[in-house]
Amino acid sequence: MDVLQYSPQNLSEPPSLYPGYVSTVPRSPRQKLVSIPQTLTEVTGPIDFGDRVLRAPVHDMTRQGKGDPIGERIIVSGRILDDRGRPVPHTVVEVWQCNAAGRYIHKKDQHDAPLDPNFTGQGRVVTDAEGRYRFVTIKPGAYPWRNHHNAWRPAHIHFSLFGAGFATRLITQMYFPGDPLIDIDPIAGAVPADARRRMVSRFDIDTTENEWALGYVFDVVLRGRDATPMENPL
Amino acid sequence: MNDVTAPPRLGLTPWQTVGPFFHYALPWEGGENLVREGVQGERIVVRGRVLDADGAPIPDALVEIWQANAAGRYDHPEDCQADRPIDPAFIGFGRCPTDDDGMFAFHTVRPGQVPGPGNSMQAPHIALGLFGRGLLRRLVTRIYFPESEGNAVDPILGLVESDRVGTLMATREGEQDGMPVYRFDIHIQGANETVFFDV
Repeated sequence: MDVLQYSPQNLSEPPSLYPGYVSTVPRSPRQKLVSIPQTLTEVTGPIDFGDRVLRAPVHDMTRQGKGDPIGERIIVSGRILDDRGRPVPHTVVEVWQCNAAGRYIHKKDQHDAPLDPNFTGQGRVVTDAEGRYRFVTIKPGAYPWRNHHNAWRPAHIHFSLFGAGFATRLITQMYFPGDPLIDIDPIAGAVPADARRRMVSRFDIDTTENEWALGYVFDVVLRGRDATPMENPL
Repeated sequence: MNDVTAPPRLGLTPWQTVGPFFHYALPWEGGENLVREGVQGERIVVRGRVLDADGAPIPDALVEIWQANAAGRYDHPEDCQADRPIDPAFIGFGRCPTDDDGMFAFHTVRPGQVPGPGNSMQAPHIALGLFGRGLLRRLVTRIYFPESEGNAVDPILGLVESDRVGTLMATREGEQDGMPVYRFDIHIQGANETVFFDV
């Protein structure tokens, strides 16, 4: 079976068809993507919808219940940048995750691990003028899934990002350093090894707070605008 | 070749699947309804199913749309068309998870034409992003309307093989509460596979 790329030029992307991740087989296009120039449709995008339509921001995911959730309290912070290293300010960052035992608050999650009555695992923050974000949560657990025998997802937090326009949209997953499941996971493993490292956060003693929470840093790099003729002369 | 003063490009953060458990985090109340009190333009319904290689409905996909308002203006600072008004009642962005039948539906307004590359004009269209378990990254397509006179000269449709252009055309499916209803099924794979774009 040929493994078709979403974008053959871009080796940092997962392919659309990656048979080790079984669900990709019936859910990947067989025709090539049609390349189009970025028009006004692609360089614009939703940027001002957070306060207009979404729920209130949640910066501290350990304060959504009546008591403290069980688990390892962590601070996740970082910057959202474009590919020239420029910060992406005031952009919505949506995150979601399972609890410390590896269980999601979702009716289709059948993993035999307990729900935590004080943890939903859903958060939303907005970057500041320098593209920085920060939220407090519980370190998610690993969980099994029905992909192949003895398949376990590494601990991860889902990230949904917008950036400057429709073309810069990104949904990714943040992993934790030193997790031995990362390199045998077919979802993370669909990304070539060099680029896979960009999804692994880094432990940071300076973000860690004394007697309270460990800190992890996760910077995200979104696409920049395509070079315009003015920026890219012969 | 490249501008030597520009900083080097950083490696992009790779895509990962949205997975099956996004429902409690990403959809919001009313996310499929872009129409607010006082919105300008003709109200329309756009709905369809997301189907896999076997024609089976995908019940755990997420659909996002982005579009111009009825005057052809995007609510975004990159759109500098001063002669076309921003509609404060219209954000242009919506989000809808598919149901057990793989169905999504948006209430919105018919978008106006927006400029394309050079001096071209694009036919009315809605940009669509599709996410789901088994989709390692977003699939991007566009919804066009069959009766639009601009379709024949649309610069993006012109890049699509003629026998596949039909997959980007919604079909008129009658009316609901006096609004035209358009059907747009998305075939991820197989016969009649929808055209997906690399943007």
